[in-house]
Amino acid sequence: MILELKNISYEIDGKVILDNINLKIEDRFVAVTGPNGSGKSTLAKIIMGLLTPTSGRIILDGEDITDLPINERADKGISFAFQQPVRFKGLRVGDLLKLAYKGEKKLSEACAILSEVGLCARDYQDRELNDTLSGGEMKRIEIAMTAARGTALSIFDEPEAGIDLWSFQSLIRVFEKLYRKTSGSIVIISHQERILAIADKIIYLKEGKVEKYGKGEEVLRFISNISSKPCSELTKNLD
Amino acid sequence: MTELERHMLKEVAELDSLPVGAYNIRSNGKSAARNTTANIDIVTKEEVSGIDIIIKPGTKNQSVHIPVIISESGLKEVVYNDFYIGEDCDVTIIAGCGISNCGGSDSRHDGVHSFHVGKNSKVRYVEKHYGEGTGKGKRLMNPTTVVELGEDAYMLMETSQISGVDDTIRETRATIGDRSSLVIHDKILTDGKQKAVAKMFVDLDGEDSGCDLISRGVAKEDSYQEVILGINGNNKCNGHAECDSIIMDRGVILATPQLKAENVDASLIHEAAIGKIAGEQLLKLMTLGLTEKEAEDMIVKGFLR
Repeated sequence: MILELKNISYEIDGKVILDNINLKIEDRFVAVTGPNGSGKSTLAKIIMGLLTPTSGRIILDGEDITDLPINERADKGISFAFQQPVRFKGLRVGDLLKLAYKGEKKLSEACAILSEVGLCARDYQDRELNDTLSGGEMKRIEIAMTAARGTALSIFDEPEAGIDLWSFQSLIRVFEKLYRKTSGSIVIISHQERILAIADKIIYLKEGKVEKYGKGEEVLRFISNISSKPCSELTKNLD
Repeated sequence: MTELERHMLKEVAELDSLPVGAYNIRSNGKSAARNTTANIDIVTKEEVSGIDIIIKPGTKNQSVHIPVIISESGLKEVVYNDFYIGEDCDVTIIAGCGISNCGGSDSRHDGVHSFHVGKNSKVRYVEKHYGEGTGKGKRLMNPTTVVELGEDAYMLMETSQISGVDDTIRETRATIGDRSSLVIHDKILTDGKQKAVAKMFVDLDGEDSGCDLISRGVAKEDSYQEVILGINGNNKCNGHAECDSIIMDRGVILATPQLKAENVDASLIHEAAIGKIAGEQLLKLMTLGLTEKEAEDMIVKGFLR
């Protein structure tokens, strides 16, 4: 899979969220990181079609998908795990898993994925995706569902948010398995060093721009250099 | 039985053939088939149209089906069905009415169901209303349900009307005895210019009595829905009412809670919410490959499940 973002900008209420992003993503495991408000989620949503860019084009394997609706992008092989999973009154975990698998055929595999995120499929299949599920449970179901699709491109928006340490372990295994068992690419928005450490490449966003894009260790070194520098605002009067 | 009658029977009572156990099938104003069992008797009323269903004390794990189908355009009827459920029973009653109106005259069925539930008994009551047909004549239904729960009894009512009925006023009145409880799950979907009014009034008369009234509605296009959920806490009791609605297109929904506590130990809660389908719900399902319309249908179907 090759995903190209050409001159992507996004503005809302006169505020620039993404400023002329140019990226070519062709590695299988790419992490997107950066400070809060740097535009990471916006970028992910633009790729899925949840947001429309103010300008620029999105090219997936040579095809311009900028004007395609969300469902057609889903059919072309893009999946998206929401940072805050959506709750539904009446719809059950199994209903959405069936959608993710396009039928019942591979439901047993879906169950296996639920088990991998630490949820017993038998107990959860018929649970409603409503307020009776905790935030952590919703999050794990969301990740399992996205992984279950096993598409050409799976995007995870901060999968670690709201997940306890114990579940985080199994989460890493889900990504590793997705990486091993499918030929698809994974794009993860994350602040977690453990996730950044296993990425082939890292995109470091800052104030809506790509500050650094390169091999994992290279960008990690870059980030650790910035974060070890003291805040200039606080130190300017010390010299 | 004609093909149309078979189809209607399937829609209202999910029956492919005659049911097992006791049943009374009413078709176009007449009893079309009936079966009684050793424990469940069905007797035709003499003064008014309708039947008495008498269930012997101690009857367990048995069911009664009493579907009504109307395929004659212009037929109007008022039917009284009384259920006498003895003590220590555990039974399921499946009612339902289907009107297929392909003619120009209005067809109307007003069913009045009264339940007298004995001590320590458990009843599940399922009622489904369905309408279809291409005629200009309206499909009208006005069910009234009266429930009297004795001591230590439990009744679950699952009532639904999923489109097809032009005008309906559904009224349920219940009095609940000591340590008894009533649970109602009511589902309604209206579209076109349909109008539906659902009124539920429960008197929690008994000590430690309770009720849980849950109404879910979807109003599409130019339809109108009105839901009134009323609970009177007349003793030490627990009452909960929840009215949850999805509004679409130009639909109108009026939800009215009515709680009245006449005892210091009455605990009554009402929740009501009306809103359109959340945008993020549509987006989530679209990321799984559904079109916006398919996503909307799935959300509504799940909501009314």
